[in-house]
Amino acid sequence: MEHYNMNLTLKVWKQKNSQDKGRFETYQVKNISSEMSFLEMFDVLNEELIREGKEPIAFDHDCREGICGMCSMYIDGRPHGPWHANTTCQLHMRAYKDGDTIVVEPWRANAFPVIKDLMVDRNALDRIVQAGGYISVNTGNAVDANAIPVEKDKADASFAAAACIGCGACVAACKNSSAMLFLSAKVSHLALLPQGGPERKSRVLNMVAQMDREGFGACTNTGACEAVCPKEISISNIARLNAEYIGAGLVSEK
Amino acid sequence: MQWSEFFTSSVGKKFVMGLTGLFLIAFLVVHVGINATIFADLFDPTENGAMFNKAAHFMGATVLIRIMEIGLFAGIILHLVQGYMLEAKNRSSRSVGYAVEMGNKGSKWYSRSMGLLGTIILLFLVIHLAHFWVKARITHTLAPVTYNGVEMHDMFTEMKMVFSQSWVVIVYVAGCISLAYHLAHGFQSAFRTVGVHNKKYNRILTNLGLCFAVIVSVLFALMPIAMFLKWVE
Ligand code: HEM
Ligand code: SF4
Ligand code: FES
Repeated sequence: MEHYNMNLTLKVWKQKNSQDKGRFETYQVKNISSEMSFLEMFDVLNEELIREGKEPIAFDHDCREGICGMCSMYIDGRPHGPWHANTTCQLHMRAYKDGDTIVVEPWRANAFPVIKDLMVDRNALDRIVQAGGYISVNTGNAVDANAIPVEKDKADASFAAAACIGCGACVAACKNSSAMLFLSAKVSHLALLPQGGPERKSRVLNMVAQMDREGFGACTNTGACEAVCPKEISISNIARLNAEYIGAGLVSEK
Repeated sequence: MQWSEFFTSSVGKKFVMGLTGLFLIAFLVVHVGINATIFADLFDPTENGAMFNKAAHFMGATVLIRIMEIGLFAGIILHLVQGYMLEAKNRSSRSVGYAVEMGNKGSKWYSRSMGLLGTIILLFLVIHLAHFWVKARITHTLAPVTYNGVEMHDMFTEMKMVFSQSWVVIVYVAGCISLAYHLAHGFQSAFRTVGVHNKKYNRILTNLGLCFAVIVSVLFALMPIAMFLKWVE
C-alpha cells in the first residue's frame, strides 16, 4: 500500500479525574504517516502538547501488539475503531484519509469509572476473575501435560475462549454495559477442560455474583460485544455460561 | 445456592425472561391457530364463523383451559415486570453516554429495542383484552348464537364489528408489527438465555424464529385487515 501523510482533526475526551465532569477538546494533528499506528499518532500529538507546555492526553497502553488488552479507545462510535477483530494499538492510520475528523471517547460504563481522559478503571474485570477464574492445584512435581486426555473439539473451544485479553470492549459496546462476553470467555475457558471440573460450579456462581456486585448490566443477546471483540470471542460462550449458571444454581442442594 | 439468590442474579432474572417468553410463544401458537379458523369463511361463505365460535366457546368452557389462562396472565405479568426491571437496571449501568453512538454497527435495532417493542405490545394488549376478553369472560356482553342447541357468544360478529373501525385496525397492525420484531430477536434470544449453546442449533433456532415471527404476525394482522376489507364477512 502506498505511503501518504495526512492532517487530521481530533475531538478527544478530556477529564481531570473521576470527579471532573469532562469535555471534548479539539486538536489538529499534522503530517501523520499512514504507516503509524493510532497510538503513535497520539504520541506525536502528546509530544507536541508537551512542547507547547500543555497537558498531554492520558490513555492506556502497554504491549502495543494486540495481546495485553490495555489499550481502550472508543473511536467514532466503535470500541477499538473501525477494523474488525482488532485492538486500538493495532489500528493503523491507513484507515484514515487527509482531512478526516476522528472522535475519541473513553469506555463508558458505570463499572469503569474514568481515571483521567481516555483511561478508565477496569479493575472490576480483575475482581471478577479473582472470584473464581482460576483452578487450584497442589504444588509439587509438574504433572505430565498429556496425562489427562482432552477432547480435541473442547480443547479448541477452550483455547478460543482463553484468547480473551480482558480489554472490556465488549462492555463498552454493549447498550447494557454488560460484561457477559468477558465473563463467559473466562468461565468457558475452564469449564471445557477437565482441570476446571472440581471448581466448575462454585466458579460460575461466584463470578456471576461478583459481576452483579460490580454494577454491570444484564445480557440481552444483541451481539454488539461479539462484533467488536478483538479476539473474536463467540457469543455462544454467553449461552454456555447461562447453561453453567442455571445448572449450578438450580441443582445445588443448599 | 438459595433460590432467592438465583432468581435475583442477572442471569437468573434473564432465565425467567426466557422461560416466560417461550411460554408466551407457546400460547401464541394456540391463539393464532384458533383464530385462523375465521378464514374458514373464505372457503365456505355459509360458515359464518361457526367453527371459530365453537372453538372460542370450547376455550372458555373448559376448566383446565381456564386454569391455564391464570397461568398465562401470571406469565405475562412476570415477563413484563421482570422485563421493565432489567431494562431499568441496564439503562442505569451507563450514566454518561457516548457522543457518537454505536447504532447498528454490530447489532440489529430491534434487538436493542425489546423494551420499547414490548411496551407497544402491552398497550395493544390492554386494548385487545378490553375488546374481547373482558366482554367474553367477565361482563358476558356479547350477543348469543346457537349451534345444535348449545348457546354461546357470537364472537365472530363481535370481531367484525370491532374491526369495522379503521383506528382499531391500525392499532392491531401496529401491535402485530411490534410483535414480529420482538420475536425476531426474542425467539432465538430466549433459547440462548435458557442455555442452548450448540452453534448448529442456535443457527436453526435463529432462522426458525424469524419464520415464526413473520408467519404468526402476518396471520394475526390479516384478521382485522380481512374483516375491515370485508374479505371475511
Ligand atoms: C406484554 C408486553 C411485553 C413486554 C413489556 C415485553 C418486554 C420484553 C423485554 C423488555 C424483553 C427483553 C428482556 C431481556 O432480554 O432482558 C423481552 C424479551 C422477550 N420477550 Fe417480551 N414483552 C412483552 C410481551 C411479549 C410477548 C407477548 C411475547 C411472546 C410471544 C414475548 C416474548 C419475548 C421473548 C421470547 C423474549 C426474549 C427473552 C430473552 O431474551 O431471553 N414478549 N420482552
Ligand atoms: S471478550 Fe473480547 S472484547 Fe470482551 S474483554 Fe475479552 S477480548 Fe475484550
Ligand atoms: S496495547 Fe496491548 S493490546 Fe493494545
